[in-house]
Order: sequence, then structure tokens, then C-alpha cells
Amino acid sequence: MGDENRYVLEMRNISKSFPGVKALDDVTLQVRPGTVHALMGENGAGKSTLMKVLFGLYFQDSGEVILNGEPVKVENPRQALSQGISMIHQELHPVPHRSVMENIWLGRYPITLNLGPIQLVNHKKMFADTKALLDDLQMDIHPETRVRELSVSKIQSMEIAKAVSYNAKIIIMDEPTSSLTEREVVHLFKIINDLKARGVAIIYISHKIEEILQIADEVTIMRDGKRVGTWASAELTNDLIISRMVGRELTNRFPEKTNTPSDVMMRVEGLTSTNPKSFKNVSFELRRGEILGIGGLVGAQRTELVEAIFGLRAVASGKIFIKDRPVHINSPIDAKQQGIALLTEERRVSGIFPVLSVRENTVVANLRRYRGRAGLIDEKRMRSDVENSCQQLRVKTPTIKTLIANLSGGNQQKVLLARWLLTEPDILILDEPTRGIDVGAKYEIYTLMLDLAKRGKAIIMISSEMPELLGVSDRILVMSMGQVSGVLPQQEATQEKIMRLATQYM
Amino acid sequence: MKLPDKAALRKFVNDNAIFIVLIILVLAIAFQNPAFLSMNNLRNIMIMSSTRIIIALGVGGILITQGTDLSAGRMVGLAAVISASMLQTLDYSRRFFPNLPEIPLIVPILICILTGIILGFANGLIVAKLNVPPFIATLGTMVIIYGMNSIYFAMEPNNSQPIGGLRADFTKLGTGYIGPSGPYSIPYIVIIALIVAVLVWVLLNKTTIGKSLYAIGGNPQAARVSGINVSRMLIFVYSFAGAMYGLAGVLEAGRTGGATNNYGNMYELDAIAACVVGGVSTSGGIGTVPGMLAGVLIFGVINYGLTFIGVNPYWQQIVKGLIIVFAVAFDIAKYYVKK
Repeated sequence: MGDENRYVLEMRNISKSFPGVKALDDVTLQVRPGTVHALMGENGAGKSTLMKVLFGLYFQDSGEVILNGEPVKVENPRQALSQGISMIHQELHPVPHRSVMENIWLGRYPITLNLGPIQLVNHKKMFADTKALLDDLQMDIHPETRVRELSVSKIQSMEIAKAVSYNAKIIIMDEPTSSLTEREVVHLFKIINDLKARGVAIIYISHKIEEILQIADEVTIMRDGKRVGTWASAELTNDLIISRMVGRELTNRFPEKTNTPSDVMMRVEGLTSTNPKSFKNVSFELRRGEILGIGGLVGAQRTELVEAIFGLRAVASGKIFIKDRPVHINSPIDAKQQGIALLTEERRVSGIFPVLSVRENTVVANLRRYRGRAGLIDEKRMRSDVENSCQQLRVKTPTIKTLIANLSGGNQQKVLLARWLLTEPDILILDEPTRGIDVGAKYEIYTLMLDLAKRGKAIIMISSEMPELLGVSDRILVMSMGQVSGVLPQQEATQEKIMRLATQYM
Repeated sequence: MKLPDKAALRKFVNDNAIFIVLIILVLAIAFQNPAFLSMNNLRNIMIMSSTRIIIALGVGGILITQGTDLSAGRMVGLAAVISASMLQTLDYSRRFFPNLPEIPLIVPILICILTGIILGFANGLIVAKLNVPPFIATLGTMVIIYGMNSIYFAMEPNNSQPIGGLRADFTKLGTGYIGPSGPYSIPYIVIIALIVAVLVWVLLNKTTIGKSLYAIGGNPQAARVSGINVSRMLIFVYSFAGAMYGLAGVLEAGRTGGATNNYGNMYELDAIAACVVGGVSTSGGIGTVPGMLAGVLIFGVINYGLTFIGVNPYWQQIVKGLIIVFAVAFDIAKYYVKK
């Protein structure tokens, strides 16, 4: 048998760059029909980017996609669907207010009467087809239910049914079990096995190693935008997967640590979210002059935890002490008063004001400070403060009146840091502070962090980059499925240990 | 008999809130003055609401796609003026076109509907192809259409005089009826509005176009991925609405027996208000024809009913405003999910 026929899909030597990052570097993926092919790697390893290329959401810089032995160009999701590629993705929402059957046949409704532009929809056929489809897949969903009334698991089943109705030969599932209960996972696996029997290939992205070993036939592991290798899952073990996911050489690209942690600044005891799927029973201490790294995989609820500490999310129980005093934080305003600052993960969504200048972006969390005579803004003081901070943090901007949107990611991040430093916080929480920033700027951010710690600030840094966690933190707290699975002092921490803790409760 | 449980009752109230409000409103007015519940009053409210129903059905489709149309009222005014200018009696002293012979009634009606379609098409192009936000796009065309209408209205020999002397067959469109004269007769204008409502209901519920409009409003990205031609659908819905405004303008002129360039002023806001009160979501994807009808009727009942029981017209304004705000707050609470 020729090589072409062995694979339903080959992605050959795919490369893709974004400004400042090489997201995919010469990645090859070969998927056989009727198998589950798992795609694994740390956050940012390039799995999602590769799948977005396949589904036509991104276009590769180089490399080719071969479907059933034929090179194809997938320019948009529509083309992907028509060529038999479907994606079950949490970000691709259905139309919430319409019924299940309308969502499944969206854009290709069965017609009963065709008067050119006016086409009457054949509801009977649509209902019957949907029912047959759902029955065939043994899905317990009524075709006429509004999608907004369905559970996450049912919506996912519906999306799978939709993929099947498109005659999909390849179904991409991105973290399909992340919000499912155990029983729902069992059901999903039943559906997957059924799909396999029909010759459908599943590309399965997940961090859950147990799950992968159970459901996958082959596993491709990626790291830092490159393919590490592909193995039959029977050859793999938990430890092998972990070591291949993280097995990189640690190069010395971090500034020397000069800070020394001293007395306890903040103590968190048994913090539990009101959302049962989010963080629970989280306790830790944070010291003055310390950088506490928080590691974990997607879904570990790290962002949710720090947002709760900052008053953005509701907490069911637990206590927070700052300098041994119990504090109640119900809003970011409270948090600010308690000396906490938070640089959010999504710089563009909840960080910068793109249409405002560097100056406005710097002072926005602290406008009160510049209230001068008659309640008007004291321009002079504001300018001198902004100029000082920009200089201190080495923000590279033509003037302080430049729009922040025109700055590089690293410089935007420095402006955000300047914003929060002006509030004179004791505790600085940085959520993925170097995401989407080039290497040089990263180094500068690390230097700034160490410098701040040295001056007595207590810093929490959420990071999905292992080397960063290991290189900058004094201690590393690892979360898994909303719980603290361990705290490692820097000297004892290794990539393998962190990854093992990160997958502990999965 | 088993009593319905609380959840089922709440669902019933949620799903039918608009109709319950309408009934309560009617009963409250009838409580003040039982004479309100007469066939004659019902008939008057229906006549007053007819053109508004047609306009609301046009705007409603646009709202479903996350759009809006501020130019609706001015299009109604333009259609009113055009139709009136062509349908004056031959012996009227101040004819708009002194030498125009008597033309079949249907010709000006079609011209007005076509004018609406062309202007709506322009709205659709601006929104779908130039990506101008609907609010701004139609704010612009609203002003432009008023300008065009005023120029037409100012032409010699009319010179911006109110257009009157309309032909009997034309005014009959707005004031005629089927059946014996009296409270039980059915006005043509009401029949037309109801026929249009049925057609729009079929369009929205039974055709691929309707389904696509709901899909676009519910999730534009999903609609695009599923191969729906989003820009074509948007152009269609604005053009269709234009046709509705054209028809409404003709009927409005026929009903009132005249037209000026200020006809239709602010009707778009009434129509949008009626739609949102009727459960159409301005964030798209939600809205039904019965809801739109109920929305228009609520305002009809308020206008007519509160006057009937002698409520100060300024108080009516306050009541209307409160209903708009709370109807939408109620709707949002229904779908709002706390994170």
C-alpha cells in the first residue's frame, strides 16, 4: 500500500510565525483513519495553532496539508467543513437562542419549496434527519430544544453530531473533557469509539495523561512550537509523556536573583470559589520580597484564583490576611486599598486602553492622586510621574502622548506595570506577564520583577512557561484542577516535578 | 386537578410576559371606565396601530440581526409624500403635478414600495459592505432621506404646501372597510397589516432566509462559518424593511388624507420601542412576530386608552418610557447569567 493511503491527513513541515514568536516550527502530523490521535504539549507548545491552521482559522507560512493523499488549501472554516474537517472547540459557540436542529443544519437547511430567493424550510425533514442522526449516535437530545438550555456536555454532543452530519473524516477535539463530569466523559468516549468504528479520525488535544493513555491510539508530543515525536500510546507511560513534554535544555536566560524573602505579607487560608468547578481550599503564604510562581495547566483555575483575591470573582469561603490582619475584598477598589495590584492575563482585553495615550494608560488606576486645585487634574505632576515611571521601567515610547496601541507588547506590559506601581502596592500579582512578548523584553520584565522584590514588594507570578517559573520564582505553587497540588522551593523544583503536580488531580 | 408547579408558572409568565402586560393594561383601563371595552374602541386602536405594525415588522427583522434602522420614519414620510403627490383628484385646485392624468392606484403604491426597497438596499450596502455600524449608517440616510423628501416637497408648484385633495379610491385604502358599517366592520388597513404580519411570520419562521437572519443575530461568526452569506442577508433585510416603510407611508397618507414632508417623523423610535417591548433583543437573535404585534398594541392601548380615561398626555409619555425601560430590564434578567 502506498504511503499516501495510510494517512487520512498529513500536515507536512508546517511553520507559522506571529510578530515576535515562532508558533510553529516545521511541524509534521500524520493521522490514520479510524484512530484517535492525541496531540500533547504544555500551554503554548503550538497544539492549538496547528489545529487552527488545519481548520482554516490561520494560514501557514510554509508547509502543506494533505488530505486523503491530495494537497489542499484550507482558507476558512467553511472550506474545512466541506472537506470533511470539523472542530469541536469551546470558543466556537453555537447560536444560543435557536434549536438544536437549526444549529446542526445551519446554512444548509432542507428545502421543501424552492422559489429562487424564497425557500421554504422543510421542518419535518429537518426534525426527522436530526432525530435519526442523534439516535444513531445514541445522544439523548431533543431536536427542538433551544441550545441555551443545554448543558456543556450536550452542546458538545450536538457539535459532534453536526460534525458527523457534515460527513467529517477528521474531527478535532480541543480539551473536550475540560468541563465534563466523569459520567459525561464515559459517554464521550463511547461516542468517540463509535466514530472510530465509522472510520473517522479524531485529533484529540488534552492535558489529561490518564485520559490520553485510555483513549488515544497514537500520541504526538509538541514542545515550543516543534514536534518532539509520535508514538503509539501503548509504548507510552505517564512519566515518559511528562519527560518528553518538558524535556528541554534549560538555558540561562534569567537575571541573577538578588531578592531575599522576609516576613509574611499575605496569607490565604482555604479560599474556595462559589463555582464548584473552580478553585477550592487554596492556602498559601506570600512573603515580603518574594516571587511566588504559580504553575499549572489550562483549567487549573489560576487566573480565577488571583481574580478572586483581587475581588473580581465571588468567594464562598476562606480567609485572606494581609500583614496578619484579616481583610475582606469584594471589589478591585477594596483590593487597591489593601495594596494589591493585578496585571491581568489578557493584556488587550482587560489591560490596555488602546485608544488612549501612554500617559492616560499609566495614570488611570490612580487619577485621584492628581486632583489639584478646584478638582482639576494637576497636569504637571501627572506628566512628571508618568515620565519618571517610563524612565524607571525603561518604556520605549516616542513621547508619553503616543497611543499605547502603537507600542510593542513588551512596552505595553511595562506601561501596565507602571500603572500599578503608581498605586504603591505591597502585593503585585502578575498573570502571565511575559505572554506574547519577545525574548529581550522578557528579560527586562524579569529584571524589573526581581528589582521590585528586592525593594520589598511581594509578587505572585502566574506563568505557563516552565523555564520562567524555575528561573524567576523563589517558590513555585502548582495547581491542578482548582486545588493546590504542591509548593516547591526553587532549589528542589524541576520541570518533571511541576508537570507531575500539575496533572495530579486530573 | 393538579396545580402547575412554581417553575412551570414562572416559565409561562416569562414566555408570555408581553401578552400578560397587554391584558393587564386593558383590564386596568377598563376598570377605570368599563366603556373602554367596546368593539368600536378596539377597532380604533387597530386602525391607529396598523401602519405602526407594518413599520415595526420591518425594523424587527433588522433588530434580529443585531442591526437598527433610524431611517424608517423618514422613509415612511417620503412614501407618503410621493403617493399623495400622484393620487390627487383631477379637479383639485393645488395639484402637485397639474398635468398628471388619473393613473391606476397600484402604480404609485409600487413606486413607493420600490423607492423603499432602493433606499433600504442602500442602507444594507452601507452596513454590510462598508461595515458602518447600523446606528450610524441609518442615522446618515435618515438625514439624507428627509433632505430628499423636502426638496421633492418644495418643487414648483407645490412649494412645500401640505398635499391634499386625495382621490377617494386612495383614501378608501386607509379608511374603507369590509362588512356593514359600524363597529363590526373590518377596515382594509387592518386587513393589510395582518396579511403583512402573516407574510413576515412565514418569512421569519418557515424560510431559509428567516433562519439565517436569526442565526446571524445569534452568532454572526457561527453563521459565517456555516456558509451563510451574511452580507447578502443583511442587504436583504434592510431592503425588505424598506418595502415595509414604503407600504406604510402609502397607507399613512391614505388614512390621514394628506401628506407633508414631516410625516413619519420619529416613527422609527416608536417601532423600535414596540419591538423591544415585544421581546425583540437589540443584541440580536431573538424576536417573534406576535411579540412585535403585542408591542405595537401596548403602545396603541396606552395612547388611546389613557386618553379615553382622561389621563394627561404628558403622563402617558412617562408611562411609555417606564414600560420601555422595564420591559428590556425584564428581558435581560431572563437571559442574564452571572459568572
